[in-house]
Amino acid sequence: MDAIPYTVEERPDTGLNNVKIGIWLFLASEVMLFGALFASYILLRVGAPPGTWPVHGHEYLDVPLATLNTAFLITSSVTMVMAWAALMRQRQAGTSDLRKYRIYMALTVALGFGFLIIKYFEYSAKFHHHWYPSTNNFLAIYFVLTGLHGLHVIGGMAVNGYLLVNTKMWKTAPQQFANRVETAGLFWHFVDLVWIFLFPILYLL
Amino acid sequence: MAEHSHDAHGDHEHEHHHPKLGFWRKYVFSTDHKVIGIQYAVTGLLFLFFGFSLMMLMRWQLANPGQPLPLIGGLLGDSRMPGGVMLPEFYNQLGAMHGTIMVFLGVVPLAVGGFGNFSVPLQIGAPDMAFPRLNMASYHVYFWGGAIMLGSFFLPGGAAQSGWTSYAPLADIAPTGQTAWLIGMIFLITSSLLGSVNFITTIIQLRAKGLTFFKLPFFVWAQFVTAFLLLLAFPPLEAAGVMQLADRLLDTSFFMPEGLVVSGQVMDQYAGGGSPLLWQHLFWFLAHPEVYVLILPALGIVAEVIANNTRKPLWGYKALVYSVLGVGFLSFVVWAHHMFLTGMGTTINAFFQTTTMIISIPSVIILTALILSLWGASIRFNTPMLFALAFLPMFGIGGLTGLPLGLSAADIHLHDTYYVIGHFHYVVAPGTLFALFAGIYYWYPKATGRYLSERLGKLHFWPSLICMNLIFFPMFIQGMAGVSRRLFDGGETYAHGQDLLWVNDLIAYSAWGLALAQIPFVINFFMSIKRGAVAPANAWDATTLEWAAPSPAPHGNFLSPPVAYRGPYEYSVPGEERDFLPQFEPGGGPSDPGDEIDHGGAHAVPAE
Repeated sequence: MDAIPYTVEERPDTGLNNVKIGIWLFLASEVMLFGALFASYILLRVGAPPGTWPVHGHEYLDVPLATLNTAFLITSSVTMVMAWAALMRQRQAGTSDLRKYRIYMALTVALGFGFLIIKYFEYSAKFHHHWYPSTNNFLAIYFVLTGLHGLHVIGGMAVNGYLLVNTKMWKTAPQQFANRVETAGLFWHFVDLVWIFLFPILYLL
Repeated sequence: MAEHSHDAHGDHEHEHHHPKLGFWRKYVFSTDHKVIGIQYAVTGLLFLFFGFSLMMLMRWQLANPGQPLPLIGGLLGDSRMPGGVMLPEFYNQLGAMHGTIMVFLGVVPLAVGGFGNFSVPLQIGAPDMAFPRLNMASYHVYFWGGAIMLGSFFLPGGAAQSGWTSYAPLADIAPTGQTAWLIGMIFLITSSLLGSVNFITTIIQLRAKGLTFFKLPFFVWAQFVTAFLLLLAFPPLEAAGVMQLADRLLDTSFFMPEGLVVSGQVMDQYAGGGSPLLWQHLFWFLAHPEVYVLILPALGIVAEVIANNTRKPLWGYKALVYSVLGVGFLSFVVWAHHMFLTGMGTTINAFFQTTTMIISIPSVIILTALILSLWGASIRFNTPMLFALAFLPMFGIGGLTGLPLGLSAADIHLHDTYYVIGHFHYVVAPGTLFALFAGIYYWYPKATGRYLSERLGKLHFWPSLICMNLIFFPMFIQGMAGVSRRLFDGGETYAHGQDLLWVNDLIAYSAWGLALAQIPFVINFFMSIKRGAVAPANAWDATTLEWAAPSPAPHGNFLSPPVAYRGPYEYSVPGEERDFLPQFEPGGGPSDPGDEIDHGGAHAVPAE
């Protein structure tokens, strides 16, 4: 007795496999991580000495670029689902063509790249103005929040890129491969969702 | 191994044949939950020993302030103890690192990483944890986090010295050791994240056939709630750690107020406008649930040992389960009772004082149920049971002395005195640690196939119990007299502490006694691996599933998948020949009278 059950198939009474529970628990802890930073943002803003917090984020930040980035991430969430759906359709049809999966996954990774490139231009514009994390607490929380989010984007892209390049498992264990794409997708949607909160809070409010 | 024909995992053939694993794969990079549990437990015990040694140095200083420490004092170097006399900075490092090491590197890894890993999969009848490689990674990340913490003693300026709480702004401007502390903490948080995801998934998914949630042993419930606390409470400390790192390395002002002056120097590299209180909120949002991370696994172990050695079912199993869930939930809303004196305001104080009083209700229910379980039993007084029995009053003293601290008016007098030290050490030292010792004596036969010696066990127990009380009880007296916990000279320069200076000597001698009392344990622990009395698979005539596996259990744990036919504590069932009816044995007449959960569970199980 040494094979671990329910790694791929679902346990009948819970209706879930192990990985699905694992990723949702991980995302729950991520909610607490970003939640603590959002809570800190509120406390710092409310407690800031008069005149030290910008009235609007766009005094420092570039709203059009961030809007474009928002569009990038939302689109990438859509292509991520399409990539998974392409796999599941192949599973249902009993075929194993990866062409559509590859296109959608490549688009997802490319949009992530686009996001990071724009973020690079945003950061360098700040440094060009000599706006650093030490300048004031608005910029401090801006850099910490977007920096941590950026690390999550890089992490998600690494996983997606791996699943794009290394598809060997699709031949040997297709359902497990589809599950991996779904799990990576859940993480990617979370990264997207964090940005959906970051964008209005930092740039618009 | 007969079940292999059912497995459709042809691509994992190499695992099925069990090739002889080399030393590294077997003991260092193992994915077997039992090996990882033992790795955690042994590492945790070593850290407990190290943290204890730091405390011994502090106790020398408090009993003999300004006196050179004979023998080893001179070896610690001029930056710590020039001429054997302790510098205040070094005393602060010892204090901060004693707390950090005992909590994050000693007790939690032993209670959760050690016992959780070793016993939970066995108790739920699983072949392993749900994610064995994550489990291995969790231990290794913990190990490196610990190595960073230990290494920080050798940095210029020494280890972290702003208390285990690392309060800002003091910690923001402390020497480099604080940066190492933060990086080490991020490792430990990552480790506990990997572990807690694994525990919850394992308990939900890998329960044996027939083992419904209300047939789980109480220990599994305790670990289940503990894992949720670790999963959800640690990330805010990670966020706070990242912010404090930014304060230290990037000169941000998250926790830096405006116009701070340190030693006559204006801290003008900081823009200011931050909130030192924010750090305290984020820290205690973790650290109060962390208190329950320390205590819940201990309660779980005590429940197992008590049920086994009273030879009767636990009193109020369901009340215990609901209470542990209640404690887990409430532990997230009591954190600011650590901060009554920060000037948060009376409204917030009143809120947290109320939640603190409420959380004592489920805690008292748990303790009461455990005490009532003793009623009318013919108790077997073996070593695990002695430790479990001692746990009850010790934890009781620790809990009850916490009530005055939870009332914001009484806390004004008691805050930051030795009373606080006495209170939480009663909870954690003769409380949790005794429960962990009970667990070691109880599950050692499962890990090694041999019993620990009873004689050495009793030689370990009785002096430990006496010395623990001689160390911690006088602290209540010192604290109520107003002696601050932060004094580096033991109260020598504090007018109201003069009458109580002798207490420091008493505590120092008792600490030596406690150290000596651990020698029988260490001897027992190593000698019994080879020379202990051989234990059968069911070493204590127990009922839970771990005793269905061979001792020591092989990789994969059970020879055939176990099935749970009944609740976890069917002891002294009327009409049975034996006084125990294991969960894993079919038959045995009508079980669980009045337990409605049973109807679906036991009957749905096909008899093998």
